[in-house]
Amino acid sequence: MGFTSSNQHLLSKIATSLGHGEESPYFDGWKAYDKDPFNPTQNPNGVIQMGLAENPLCFDLIQEWIKKNPKASICTAEGVDEFKDIAIFQDYHGLPEFRNAVAKFMGRARGGRVTFDPDRIVMSGGATGANELIAFCLADPGDAFLVPSPYYPAFDRDLKWRTGVQLVPVPCHSSNDFKITKAALETAYEKAQEANIKVKGLIITNPSNPLGTILDRETLRTLVSFINEKNIHLICDEIYAATVFTDSNFVSIAEILSEDIACNRDLIHIVYSLSKDMGLPGFRVGIVYSYNDEVVNSGRKMSSYGLVSTQTQHLIASMLLDEEFTERFIIESAKRLATRHGVFTRGLAKVNIDCLNSNAGLFCWMDLHRLLKESTVEAELALWRLIIHEVKLNVSPGSSFHCSEPGWFRVCFANMDEETMEVALQRIHTFVHQKETVVPTKNKKLWRSNLRTLSFSSRRLGLDEVALMSPHSPIPHSPLLHART
Amino acid sequence: MKLLSRKATCNSHGQDSSYFLGWQEYEKNPFHEVRNPAGIIQMGLAENQLSFDILESWLANNPDAAGFKRDGESIFRELALFQDYNGLPSFKNALVEFMAEIRGNKVRFDPNNLVLTAGATSANETLMFCLADPGEAFLLPTPYYPGFDRDLKWRTGVEIVPIHCSSSNGFQITGSALEEAYQQAQKRNLKVKGVLITNPSNPLGTTMSRDELNLLISFVAAKDIHLISDEIYSGTVFDSPSYISITEALMDRNLELTNVWDHVHIVYSLSKDLGLPGFRVGAIYSNNATVVAAATKMSSFGLVSSQTQYLLSVMLSDKKFTSNYITENQKRLKKRCDMLVSGLKNAGIGCLKSNAGLFCWVDMRHLLISKTFEAEMELWKKVLYEVGLNISPGSSCHCTEPGWFRVCFANMSEDTLNLSMQRIKSFVQSITTDGDSRNRRQTVRNSRRRSLTKWVFRLSSYDHEPER
Repeated sequence: MGFTSSNQHLLSKIATSLGHGEESPYFDGWKAYDKDPFNPTQNPNGVIQMGLAENPLCFDLIQEWIKKNPKASICTAEGVDEFKDIAIFQDYHGLPEFRNAVAKFMGRARGGRVTFDPDRIVMSGGATGANELIAFCLADPGDAFLVPSPYYPAFDRDLKWRTGVQLVPVPCHSSNDFKITKAALETAYEKAQEANIKVKGLIITNPSNPLGTILDRETLRTLVSFINEKNIHLICDEIYAATVFTDSNFVSIAEILSEDIACNRDLIHIVYSLSKDMGLPGFRVGIVYSYNDEVVNSGRKMSSYGLVSTQTQHLIASMLLDEEFTERFIIESAKRLATRHGVFTRGLAKVNIDCLNSNAGLFCWMDLHRLLKESTVEAELALWRLIIHEVKLNVSPGSSFHCSEPGWFRVCFANMDEETMEVALQRIHTFVHQKETVVPTKNKKLWRSNLRTLSFSSRRLGLDEVALMSPHSPIPHSPLLHART
Repeated sequence: MKLLSRKATCNSHGQDSSYFLGWQEYEKNPFHEVRNPAGIIQMGLAENQLSFDILESWLANNPDAAGFKRDGESIFRELALFQDYNGLPSFKNALVEFMAEIRGNKVRFDPNNLVLTAGATSANETLMFCLADPGEAFLLPTPYYPGFDRDLKWRTGVEIVPIHCSSSNGFQITGSALEEAYQQAQKRNLKVKGVLITNPSNPLGTTMSRDELNLLISFVAAKDIHLISDEIYSGTVFDSPSYISITEALMDRNLELTNVWDHVHIVYSLSKDLGLPGFRVGAIYSNNATVVAAATKMSSFGLVSSQTQYLLSVMLSDKKFTSNYITENQKRLKKRCDMLVSGLKNAGIGCLKSNAGLFCWVDMRHLLISKTFEAEMELWKKVLYEVGLNISPGSSCHCTEPGWFRVCFANMSEDTLNLSMQRIKSFVQSITTDGDSRNRRQTVRNSRRRSLTKWVFRLSSYDHEPER
């Protein structure tokens, strides 16, 4: 269309802004993958997708269940009696059996240590829709949420773009394994106050993306007392709850609330989804669970903009009410994720690449400091481009997650088959050996402490650029989808 | 500090309107042929329940589509992982062809210009986010779908300025009404970004004439603003005059290469034509690449389930099915509409002559005690609580003349429709007498007193009774 100039003034500011984050340079990785996707037989030298946090490891279990339960699909001969009722049901409360099933599943994913009230469940268009919805409910344009960094890049779009809400990062550091500290929270909060920014809440992702770690009880209690003291909201994105694969000591915020703690429950909200725990991102099952009645009420009305298809609600309800299935699924999924994680981290350890100690999620937080020329974002991006174009792995650089220290990379391990994982590890080994011959080896300990002093001073470069990007796959082609086409 | 946002605590969701209150009353006392024959009959819900058997028989013959299979092979994995906001190509192809078929194949659509959304609800809101900033306005002809107040305004901060239409010319849009609305917006210091029409119209059930369409096209071209055509009912045109879509009107004037072509956007959905509101399938169609790009990104907040996309891609690709469905569905809608119209005529009630939609725009002005909206509300409550019919009062649709009601005919069985007609007839007979108008006035006054007491009694009993 040749009328772009006339377009600009006729469209909204939101539509013509870069708030969707997709103009970021980080899409180089996606583009490289799209142009040259790995295929073991057809394109063995292609780029391997390791930037996509997908979980297809237990599809066989789900497929088996679907085969055995034709009634769950309202469109099969067995289930078609229900077709009409399901097809016309557009009540934003959602099918009661759907809410019951999801509430049950959420409890089970937390080891049965807490129960959830189906009447507090609000549907949304995936967790993407849920995060935007909760932002619309809790904050006015110009208000802010605190968010510990590194954080999921698409928060910049989901929480800010159409809502006008701001994000104030609470930086976490490798020196204490990226734990959130009260001091960091207080500092971030004060900074916002000084800049006349009204903080309405704190949003955490637990288990963490990109770290793959879970918050310990003490930290959670600290967060709860912090938000209570400031009278601000706490949003807990627990989208990876059932991906905790060793020591199921995942503590949900729901569990904290059930303990002896002084807390205004009206401040607590959970975001959930089936996209990671069950590996069903295509079905767009997002949930807002709030302990605040007004938020449930208002959120429900807003959910009209992103209800879950009743065809899907019905299928999911049937599946998740099968408790024998869900119990088996959760255990098996955790086992398979743990195995994958083990294979990957051991493979990295063989070439002395460390990952942050983690026990959840679909990825590792990989430490490539010693491969950086210098401790800067530029060096990190240079290394990243090398990894994409020469090693042919699409990994995600820490700066895309607003990490305050250069050199960290998120690498996904669940979205490929075992053979592909082997190829990826092989390529990493080759690359590291090559690089070692070019970069003179240094004493590891000295290198690390140098890095730390360097990182504080040189870090601030490129923040604006960083603030805009969102390499979260806007066009997430599953490698399997690609393989078919 | 206030805990929640202004959006969460205001009333802009519009849910306190009578449109929704009627629904609530229905929920408390829903009609059922066997279990609750004296209950309230739902006539406020624009649903199309007439052609499910056609859908069900297709499903029975196409088990693969629902079983995540393509040519007998499982594609579950592919669908489970598919979250591309560009949508399933096979679905978008099938959908644009379906849209073209509904328009008699007089126009063609490009699937790359189509954005999938979670229902038309989401499509309309998304277009607002794309085309207007908070505080800017869209002009809408009245009467209009009550849900627009929420969908267009609530979270977007956009304002609606009405284009007043009157019964004197069958509620058609006139040039002077358009100008007047535009001036009103200026007076209110609101920058007008566009006009939004629903064609076929909800609540009128009529299709726009070529003159109206041309008027609108010229108007938006002259003012350099957008035109959104919500064509959600395009497949429900069951009678002449035949449907002229906005695309056809533009093409007939050879406007494809002009500015206005880029400023016209269509909203569609399968909730009315196919009767599948639960599946949340909506779409935005635009020739404006920037709008398509922005709307596509925004659709992330409400994508269509891949499970549903796949099922419908197979269904809508079956051309034998679609052509049979479209024809048969329209036939059944016409029959129903005729039933309602004659039933109302029997009760001395007229309707606006309509040729589309799932409802009639019913003229009950002669049953009003006075030409006021208070009287309309009184009548509405009587019809709800005494006659046991939930119909939608014109005021909830922002009609400027009291006494009009939207009555739906496609969301119930024939028997239930007949019963509702009987109830209306008895009601009208009870408040009027044949012939003597003086008597009628007296009777009306008396019955007003009587029915007012009945009404007051009924209301207070609802206050105290627990939910049934």
